[in-house]
Amino acid sequence: MPELVKERDKLVDHLLCSGHTACPGCGQALAARLVVRAAGRNVIIVNSTGCLEIFTSKYPESAWEVPWLHSLFQNTAAVASGVEAALKTLGRLDKVRVIAQGGDGSTFDIGFGAISGMFERGHDILYVCYDNEAYMNTGIQRSGSTPTYARTTTSPPGKASLGNLRPKKDLPRIAAAHGIPYVAVASVGYPMDLDRKIRKALSIRGPKYVQIHVPCPLGWGTEPSKTIDYARLAVNTGLYPLIEIEDGVTTAIKIPTRVPVEEYLKGQVRFRHLLEGTGRKEEIAEIQRMADRNIEVYDLIAK
Amino acid sequence: MLKGRMIQGCRAIAEAVTLCRPRVISAYPITPQTLIVEELASMVAEGELDTEFINVEGEHSAASLVLGASATGVRVFTATSSQGLLYMAEVVFNIAGMRLPVVMVNANRSVSAPLNIWNDQQDSISMRDSGWIQLYAENNQEACDLVLQAFRIAEDHRVMLPVMVCVDGFVLPHAFEVVDLPSQKEVDAYLPPYQPIYKLDPDNPLTMGAFTEPDKYMEARYMIQRTMEASIPIIEEVAREFKRTFGRAAGGLFEKYRVDDASTVVVALGSMAGTTKDVVDDLRNKGQKVGVLRLITYRPLPEEALYEALKGTQNIVVIEKALSLGGSAPLAVELRSVFHGRPASPKISGFVIGLGGRDVTTDDLKYAIEKAQQQLINMEFIGLRTDLELEGINA
Repeated sequence: MPELVKERDKLVDHLLCSGHTACPGCGQALAARLVVRAAGRNVIIVNSTGCLEIFTSKYPESAWEVPWLHSLFQNTAAVASGVEAALKTLGRLDKVRVIAQGGDGSTFDIGFGAISGMFERGHDILYVCYDNEAYMNTGIQRSGSTPTYARTTTSPPGKASLGNLRPKKDLPRIAAAHGIPYVAVASVGYPMDLDRKIRKALSIRGPKYVQIHVPCPLGWGTEPSKTIDYARLAVNTGLYPLIEIEDGVTTAIKIPTRVPVEEYLKGQVRFRHLLEGTGRKEEIAEIQRMADRNIEVYDLIAK
Repeated sequence: MLKGRMIQGCRAIAEAVTLCRPRVISAYPITPQTLIVEELASMVAEGELDTEFINVEGEHSAASLVLGASATGVRVFTATSSQGLLYMAEVVFNIAGMRLPVVMVNANRSVSAPLNIWNDQQDSISMRDSGWIQLYAENNQEACDLVLQAFRIAEDHRVMLPVMVCVDGFVLPHAFEVVDLPSQKEVDAYLPPYQPIYKLDPDNPLTMGAFTEPDKYMEARYMIQRTMEASIPIIEEVAREFKRTFGRAAGGLFEKYRVDDASTVVVALGSMAGTTKDVVDDLRNKGQKVGVLRLITYRPLPEEALYEALKGTQNIVVIEKALSLGGSAPLAVELRSVFHGRPASPKISGFVIGLGGRDVTTDDLKYAIEKAQQQLINMEFIGLRTDLELEGINA
């Protein structure tokens, strides 16, 4: 048995262990495991309140095999700043990396001020946002990351509304506007790209921001077995471009061919009201224009 | 002749903090605390303080940053006032729940609305239920001495709770007084480096801040309550050792001034006690048996010690720069509960005074004492203006 334990210690695949209580098909659980796998053992993670925190840390159990702290919903970047400052004063910052992570609610909305402060002060921290595009832990409420026309419990479609009427906040570009050295968007649908971006981010000193698109079967009303499919469709429609912004220079992963957004929208309960009956052609066309704009702005189609 | 230097309170407090060698300090401006972090910043700039001094973007983050640093195993400090304390309120509760020995100075100020920057104690009293030990200083010497003691208390492995040192805004940090600050060598001997019991460390990975279901939450809160109670003798012990080391009495649970044979005892917190002592001296000269009990440790409330100190007194006159709106004078209510159902219970009157920086005069205090000697006052505001035509005031 000790031999086995030793063997396992060499591995990093289980730094976020099985046995946690995430829903079947949870994109965030998979992405978080990939993030900590890329980071390795010499890391301290500060985690916002949210699904990831809840499904990994029910006392007295923990799914984390790295030092991990949860404080509150909106202060993760500030807590991580304190962790980083302490490591600096202890002379350990060259060996130990700091990751702050949270969902889109804590990142786009309630914790944004603290994140902006962390960026501006130049802390050597990787901030990871798991973006499932609504407040899922509290039961699918609209956030600043919820895409246009998506149904949530606080942006329900009805006779007088078509769901969430505002576009998604462009947080990667807001992060980049702080002048931080590295910003990246990844998707749980493309784990090798995700792994590369996390490793790259952690090799750079200073504040980094990586946003990972993570489908939520419960919140989106998708089949748990289709999480990766939907993550890839979001990328291949152009709705979720996998960009990198390094020292102000933006590059993007190319997509093989333009997939119509309808392919992505269908099968998701959160967009069903756009496709029912004769369908909301105008609104679907509007979403298509958003995808087209991304394809154009980020030059997504390989020539 | 007094030992020490004539020095502004904020500078003295900052020097006391520096002597404690905090490794991480978070700073955000708010009147009247700002002068303290300004002094700390200038000491960092002059190379007199080796610390990570971090200007954050708000008090919520100021408290969160020291939370994270403390959880990583280093000594931390921050300071705030009023709206800043209210803004960081959820972190204040969180720090205590996570059992992190953060030390914070709160320069007491009123709370908005109306906006008012001057002193009262509504801010810190509103945090009394947060799980922080709260110590109130009478003057700048004691403010400095309490800072030293605060780290000792907070980091004691039998305690591991945050400590808030409360100083009356403007009255202390802006005032020049003679303050005797010990040498670095003396403080190093009194306050050894922080030895965390638990910390974030890849060599020994821990999960901190786990969530609990109803089957375990209550026990976690119960443990804080038990520790609060158990910290009462530790606060006394730390004060005794302070006196042995520095030859000066400071801290502890409360100070008794001419209480032992008194039939009327005024109970007060912070800088008001100085004026109250003058009133007591004056009334003593006129033959009245009056004294002051200056409460230093508001949380944990030293109920047994207060009972022992005040039993046999006829009148207790609680004067407070705080109130529970829609309730009553908070400390008066708590003292009534200390005596409830026990023999030799005095009449306990509560007075609200000096809100928003209104002067607390000797006449105000004499009025309160006289009134309470005549009748039991549940709660009365002292010093309300009668020239304003406000509904109810002149009724």
